[in-house]
Order: sequence, then structure tokens, then C-alpha cells
Amino acid sequence: MNVETGIAKIETRDLDFYYGPTRALKRVNVSCYKNRVTAIIGPSGCGKSTFIRTLNRMNDVIPGTRVEGTILLDGKDVHAPDVDVVELRRRVGMVFQKPNPFPKSIFDNIAYGLRINGMKDKRKLEEVVVRSLRGAALWEEVKDRLDENAFALSGGQQQRLCIARALAVEPEVILFDEPCSAIDPIATAKVEDLIETLEKSYTVVIVTHNMQQAARVSDYTAFMMLGELVEFDVTEKIFTNPVNKLTEEYITGRFG
Amino acid sequence: MRKWASLEESVIRAFFLTCGILAVLVLVGIFATLLSTAVPAFKEIHLSEFLLKKNWDPTSPEKAEYGILSMIVSTLMVTGGALLLAVPIGIGVAAYLSDVAHWRVREIVKPIVEILAGIPSVVVGFLGIVLFGPAIAKIFHIGNGLNAVNGSVLLAIMSLPTIISISEDALNAVPQAYGEASLALGASRWQTLFRVKVPAALSGIIAACMLGMGRAIGETMTVLMATGNARAFPHGFLSSVRTMTANVAIELGEVPYDTTHYYALFAIGLVLFVMTFIVNLVADVILRKYQEREQ
Ligand SMILES: Nc1ncnc2c1ncn2[C@@H]1O[C@H](COP(=O)(O)OP(=O)(O)O)[C@@H](O)[C@H]1O
Ligand SMILES: [Mg+2]
Repeated sequence: MNVETGIAKIETRDLDFYYGPTRALKRVNVSCYKNRVTAIIGPSGCGKSTFIRTLNRMNDVIPGTRVEGTILLDGKDVHAPDVDVVELRRRVGMVFQKPNPFPKSIFDNIAYGLRINGMKDKRKLEEVVVRSLRGAALWEEVKDRLDENAFALSGGQQQRLCIARALAVEPEVILFDEPCSAIDPIATAKVEDLIETLEKSYTVVIVTHNMQQAARVSDYTAFMMLGELVEFDVTEKIFTNPVNKLTEEYITGRFG
Repeated sequence: MRKWASLEESVIRAFFLTCGILAVLVLVGIFATLLSTAVPAFKEIHLSEFLLKKNWDPTSPEKAEYGILSMIVSTLMVTGGALLLAVPIGIGVAAYLSDVAHWRVREIVKPIVEILAGIPSVVVGFLGIVLFGPAIAKIFHIGNGLNAVNGSVLLAIMSLPTIISISEDALNAVPQAYGEASLALGASRWQTLFRVKVPAALSGIIAACMLGMGRAIGETMTVLMATGNARAFPHGFLSSVRTMTANVAIELGEVPYDTTHYYALFAIGLVLFVMTFIVNLVADVILRKYQEREQ
């Protein structure tokens, strides 16, 4: 693989993952570069979610699971004994497939991540809430209703709220797990635009089953199948001139 | 076919309507009976005297006294004390079971907790006499341990199963997505539990506590056995107290029919009924407010 070298923010080395006896990831080697968008594509059940959830150790909470191999964040093993998983998740934020705002007000949703870190200063909180909502391109739509329950928002707005909530804790990496699969096309376009702007300040990893989306938003693409990484390269190369036959068949829609 | 279906539909509807009406009728019937038997008491007793005077001595040869304030305060103390103990412990255990415990532990503990709810109140009262009474006497260096604290402890034990079981159901019903969202933001497990899961389950938890309180406030046998039943106005939690329920149970067997004393006992029942009604009403209002906010 002749991937242009940048600064790898996240790097996995021979990453294996087991749900009990089932091996869901097999020796996956992927690098996610700083200020770049990396897309993970592949047929349903190939381990995309499993992969992205190992990056912020969200799979830790599922009983009976096991990780082998290494995940490096800024060159440091995230499973090292001195790594605080809470701190790791603060640095590596995540947006889920289904919008999952808390049953709280819009303001409280975004302030949550700061409040759990002990921030009480109302003025500072407001400042961050506004900045995060702006960052998630949601400010104009909700600026007059910050006290309203987040459930009053549309699905697409809820998803951007979840993005804003993730931005509020100032992560370095943001992981998206099929962020657009539960929202409509217009909302999808907004989220895609947003991801492209996020690239400037963050490292972005996005799982998607939508190949056009991967082609549109990402700089690098990893194609996975049955828990294995089939091909990883610059997005343009994957979509125009893939090395692996399986990749070619998948992106031309012969299976999936 | 269509006809049958619609006939079936209307039969079922009629059945449920009847059930509903019956339930309301029973409730109204109870209230009416209570009211009609209680009202004659107020021919001789002033309502304000009844509710606000401390002395209850209906059989005094000189001047019968019908003040139930001591009993009202006793009931509130014993119930309030029970809630003070049972609510934090109940929520704690529920949180432990739903969030921390291994599923196998939960599978064993939860049925046991639910069985505890079925222990007869006499048995709990017995525990109060032989176990908690002496223990309380020893701890506080007092003559005997039949007092408000004892009643509170026992009522807490009795309402715990309800509070635990229903709170745990409520916590389990909180969508997993909330917990994941919180963890992904760098919240610890405890922060996730107390800042996201418990608030999301709050309506269920409040309902659980109210049901537990309902059980406590109306409980008779246990407090009768364990609180000492002194008529005097309680000075504190270490005083022997006589709750409204206990007083009715003690005196109703021996009171002559058709006397002011007899009717006054029903009036106590009526006050108790109104108190539980208010508790439920308040709970309902809180719940509705909360649910409105959630929508
Ligand atoms: N919690 C789980 N327990 C057991 N197996 C799981 C769990 N989650 C996912 N899997 C299995 O792991 C494999 C990969 O799943 P997933 O990562 O969700 O795939 P994708 O996101 O690519 O659709 C699938 O075979 C799936 O059945
Ligand atoms: Mg998935």
C-alpha cells in the first residue's frame, strides 16, 4: 500500500477483536491522519462499528469482549495501564448511528460534557454552547430555543446536536458511526458539509455504507470485509483504481 | 366475519368499561361509607379540635378528649423516617442491580427482593420486637426500643422491595443509547448513572417511592407491634408513638357501637384516606410535570 505519509493521529497494528469466541476483527492495520477524514466502508456486519468503537474503547463496556494488537493515539498505546479510559474518550469523541440526545434541554445536552468535568461558570458554559452549536451548523436554527427539550428537534437537527455535544468537550478525534443512516437526504447533506469543515480542526473517522458519501467526504478510505481490512488507500485511488479485486467489485456495486 | 369482529370488539369494550366503572364505584363506595360513618363524630367534636388538639382520651369519665394531632405527627414521623431510610437505600440497590451487578447476581437477587415484599406484616413486627427493639435500646441507651425509630426501620424494610423492584425496572427501561452517549463524552460510570440514567428514570423512581410510601403510611400491624403505642405527643424519634392506624386497630375492637368514640375512629380513617389521597395526587402532579418536560 503506497499511502502518502502524514502525521498518523491514530494507528492500529494487527488489531483483533473478539465477542466471546467470535473474532470480529482480524489483524486490522489502519492509520487515521491528522486533519484528514478517513472513511471505513464495507458490507454490513464486516466489523466497521466494532472497529471504530475500539478506537475510543467503547467496546470495553460489552461484557466478554477482548482486544488484541495495538491502537496508538499520538503514538501511545490506548490500552496501556496508565491510560485513563475516561480521558481517552474525552479526546476521542463519538457520534452514533441513531441520534441519541439526552432527554434534557438543548443547552443541557451540550453543557453535559463540561459539567461532568466540573465546570460551573454559567458564562463560560454559555460561551461553549454557542461555539459548539455554531461549529455544528445548528446555531441559527436553535438560538431562540436553547431551553427546549432536545427531542423537539428533527432527526437531522438532533444528529447535529449530538455533533455539537461532542465538539463541546474539545476532542482531538471525532468518530462517526454511520451518522446519516437515520436522517433524511437534506439533513445528510448538512452533516456531510459539516464533516468537511470539521476536518480543519479535527481528525475524523467515519463509518458509512454509502460509497458516494465516502467518496465525497473522505481523504482516505479503508475497505473491510468479514472483519479483515481488504484495502486502505487514498480515497481517490480506492474509487478509481483499486488494487484488490474485491474492492473493485464492492465499489462498482457487484455485491454489498 | 366483519360482523363478528365488530361484535367481539364491542363486547370487549363493554367488559373493560364495566371493570373501570366498578373500580371507581368501589372507591366511591369506600369513601362514602367512611364519610357517612365519620360525620356523626363531628356533632360533638369540632373539626379544628379534632385535627389540632394533642390529647386523645375518649373514655375519660370527666371530660372525653378527641385530639388526634399526636397520632398524625406520629404517623408522619414513622412514615417520613421510613422514607428517609428506604429511598436512598432503595435507589442505591436498584442502581447496583441494574448497572453494576453481574447479570447472574441480578437474576438471583431480584426475585428474592420481590419475595420480601410478601412477608406478612406480623412477621416484620415480630422482628421489631425481638431484634430491632433490643438493638435500638442498646445503641441509644434507653429502656426499651419500641419507638418511632423502630417503626421507621421496619416500614423501610417493608417498602424497600417495592422501591427497589420498580426503580430497577425504570432504570433498565432507560435506552442504552443515553448511557453510551454519556460514556463517549468522557463521563465516568458513576456520572453516567447519576446524571443520565437516574434522571431519565426519575418518573418511575418517584412512582416507586410513592408506592413504597403508600405501603408505609397505611401499615398497621407492624407499627402496632413495634412503636410502643404511647398516646403522648412524641418528643423525638426515640419516643414511643401511636400512629393513626395503630390507634384505630387498638380501640375499634372494644368501643361501644354508636358512640362518639366509635364515629371518631372512623373519622381517623377518613383523615388517613385523605392523607394518602393527597400523597398520590402530589405524586401524580410531579409525574405529569416531569413527563411533560420529557416530551
Ligand atoms: N455486541 C455484540 N455481541 C456479539 N457479536 C456482535 C456484537 N456486535 C457485533 N457483533 C458481531 O460482530 C460482527 C461485526 O459487527 P459490526 O461491527 O456491527 O458490523 P458493521 O458495523 O460493519 O455492520 C457481526 O458479525 C456482528 O454480528
Ligand atoms: Mg455498524
